[in-house]
Amino acid sequence: MADTLTLNKIKNQRGISVGEAAAKIADLGWNPSYVQEAMTYPTDYKIKKIPKDPMKQVLRSYFPMEEEKDNRVYGALDAALRGDMFRNVEPRWIEWMKLFLAIIPFPEISAARSMAMVARLTPGEELRTGFTMQMVDEFRHSTIQMNLKKWYMENYIDPAGFDITEEAFGKCYATTIGRQFGEGFLTGDAITAASIYLTIVAETAFTNTLFVAMPSEAARNGDYALPTVFLSVQSDESRHIGNGHSMLMSMLKEPDNYQLLERDMKYAFWQNHAIVDAAIGTFIEYGTTNRDKDKESYAEMWHRWIFEDYYRTYMLPLEKYGVKIHHDDVHEAWKRITEKMYVHTVAQFFAVGWPVNFWRIEAQTEKDFEWFEHKYPGWYAKFGEFWKWYEKLSHKGSKVVTFNEEVGYVYPHRCWSCLVPCLIREDMVVDEIDGQLHTFAHENDRWTAVEAFADEYQGRPTPAMGKFSGKREWETMYHGVDLADAIVDLNFVRSDGKTLIPQPHLRFDDKEMWTLDDVRGHTLMSPLTLLREMSPEDRKQHIADYQAGFEINPCN
Amino acid sequence: MPATSSSVGSGAAGAATFADSDSRKYRYFEPRGKRASHYEDMTVDVQPDPERYLTQGWIIQFPNGEGAYDKSATKAQSSNWHAFRAPDQEWERTHYQRQSKIESLIQGVIANARKFGVHKKFDKAWTKILQAHLGAWKHAEFGLGTSLMQAQRYGYTQMINNATLTNSSYKLRLSQDITLYLAEIGLDIDGWNDDLGKETWLTDPAWQGTREFVESIMGAEDYLEQYFAINMVFEPLVGELFRSGFMVQVAAANGDSVTPPVISAAEADYERNLANSIDLFHLLITDEKHAAHNKKLFAGWIKKYSALAKKAATGLQPIWSQPHSKPISFSDAQAQSVERYEKIKGELGL
Repeated sequence: MADTLTLNKIKNQRGISVGEAAAKIADLGWNPSYVQEAMTYPTDYKIKKIPKDPMKQVLRSYFPMEEEKDNRVYGALDAALRGDMFRNVEPRWIEWMKLFLAIIPFPEISAARSMAMVARLTPGEELRTGFTMQMVDEFRHSTIQMNLKKWYMENYIDPAGFDITEEAFGKCYATTIGRQFGEGFLTGDAITAASIYLTIVAETAFTNTLFVAMPSEAARNGDYALPTVFLSVQSDESRHIGNGHSMLMSMLKEPDNYQLLERDMKYAFWQNHAIVDAAIGTFIEYGTTNRDKDKESYAEMWHRWIFEDYYRTYMLPLEKYGVKIHHDDVHEAWKRITEKMYVHTVAQFFAVGWPVNFWRIEAQTEKDFEWFEHKYPGWYAKFGEFWKWYEKLSHKGSKVVTFNEEVGYVYPHRCWSCLVPCLIREDMVVDEIDGQLHTFAHENDRWTAVEAFADEYQGRPTPAMGKFSGKREWETMYHGVDLADAIVDLNFVRSDGKTLIPQPHLRFDDKEMWTLDDVRGHTLMSPLTLLREMSPEDRKQHIADYQAGFEINPCN
Repeated sequence: MPATSSSVGSGAAGAATFADSDSRKYRYFEPRGKRASHYEDMTVDVQPDPERYLTQGWIIQFPNGEGAYDKSATKAQSSNWHAFRAPDQEWERTHYQRQSKIESLIQGVIANARKFGVHKKFDKAWTKILQAHLGAWKHAEFGLGTSLMQAQRYGYTQMINNATLTNSSYKLRLSQDITLYLAEIGLDIDGWNDDLGKETWLTDPAWQGTREFVESIMGAEDYLEQYFAINMVFEPLVGELFRSGFMVQVAAANGDSVTPPVISAAEADYERNLANSIDLFHLLITDEKHAAHNKKLFAGWIKKYSALAKKAATGLQPIWSQPHSKPISFSDAQAQSVERYEKIKGELGL
């Protein structure tokens, strides 16, 4: 009899290694000889080196692993209800989830679709297994997020806004920013979209802020459902980051790709910064009631994850291959987040636009002011009076903040590139595309729209590159339309036919809730249309005034 | 601790009554039935388009001027692409539960069979068939899976694309299941050649018709044509013919009790994918405006792919003669698959 029991000796069965299994599965593909696969999504890149699959996972282990993750997520949601989570959850937080969860399932499912694009373009079969799993992962993410949203709708005090979620996503002035993100994953040059913009930048760099920083803040606000779902989502991202890195290594084998890589890393980094930081920064800093000065601010987290982790350890090493990295853009993004208060100007803009939201925004108060000033010195001087105004004008019967001249806020131009408005006023740039004027939030946004998304780049033809299209400036849709009529058209009205879904407060009382009559009589205008209609002299003056900024009047 | 940002000290449903405080259902789409199913809530309108809510239109275009999704990605036409709901009602949780259960079952079957040396009862000729022909088949399933992976990029709605995506996932799982089953069972069998399957797929004349069929689907540029060719034609005339009409029915008579459970999960997969696809094609063929156009189109696809199917099936016929024990003839198996195919065509009025 053995001294110790070794069950393995009884049960052990010879098997194949993970490496062998992955190799055999990679050998499922072949070069067709009867009919060639159509190259339906073109790219200007050349990918010749067969990329390796760093994860070497097979579906046999993948499906049970994901099912187990799901069981934990759904078990946690049940436990949250049993623990009466919603009694203690902060409405200030959940309201922002109406915006966040309206946006995020579309980029997720777009990522699933885009796997078809890269899988077709990638030589060899090894990484196709990785793309397959990413495709199914993204299907998971999209529908698990829809489930979370439904769960909030069923259990949170004010379901309005959740109940129209996908309709709101298609129509709202704020979600248009998220659509730029999601459409960017699957439209245009297939490698630019599905590889650089999606996996190499969005997933590798920015999912940390999306799926790790946000859950932390959710937990601080009594919401432990979002962390359960999103940390489970994030646990899939390492596979996607591996797919992206492997593709990148293949691209780097072709010196012809370097110019395009430089373009796309610049475009993708800047636009991810402009979009993700605008949205997630606002949710984290303005959706919270927790003002613990020991916790990291969004800026501090950004420095850790984007600057230190991504920039220093992922982007910088690309230079040794000869790819030009735009260090100045990374430093400029950091400057915008800190000195130029980017996130705060975005939150201010969302608050000004509250009547055309589909969620509630509560005013920031003295308790919040102290934290903001501590984390972002100079914040109070710039934003303190605004939030006092916002609180004062949150009461039904006040003149809506959007149109209230007493406040001193100047409604911003929209950036034609990232679709976030030109909120750092001095950075606004104006340029022409096809003879038409457009406004941009920053020179990098102008570069993106005018130089990167074009038929050629630095003299090199780029026939596969996408084009910006549609009525990109949301305000164009409602130029000259009464605010109340616009809200009706948006369908952001509760089912009594008069009470607005958005409210500038968290007072859950019909007497306090704004109706269409409270906002009627104000005409929405498109700043871009007005700019184009100006004489050259007036326009020049207007731009100079805009760049000079504005002062919020004291609120007494 | 009560919710500090709530006027009523709580964030829970029912803590206050006000306009729409009881609006607890998605109200932006018409459910197929009386109430929206969970699948519909998870799926409908997640992929928007200019007809449903994208008032600004697509904000990025391809160089040819098309947006992210374009109706011209298929020659089929519909007066309402948004009407389709997948009968299998699959969303992520049900998909993982089903796939995981199948994987566990298959692994259990293989491990147990190997533990008891079941392979020793395999007829020698059958062992060769497993290596060559089941080994070849895994490539067919893979080709169909990658075609569907491609197809799920193009559909005009989330409902169509997700049904195509899960179909792809099922096919790719099966191709991997067969690959790993053969590799593992091969560890116990002397002289096993795990490369024979691919060699057979690429060079054996018996398989060239099937390979041509699969490559034709892989090369099709119309995503619905791919979905149609796979589920309306390939699966009944070639897929079921080989999997059930040969592998499953002939295995036991040749001492193999392992292969049937490994393969038969695919038939249950197909029942779901058939239900999804025929529902979609039925919608299109009875479309109030485009029925005639679609009928003509589908008839063209039937003509094109049934010819390829006939060639593929005829090519496979010699395989039925290879086992020592022949419990079913090719003609009987084919008669069964043709009957199934005729029923599918009949339901579509083709």
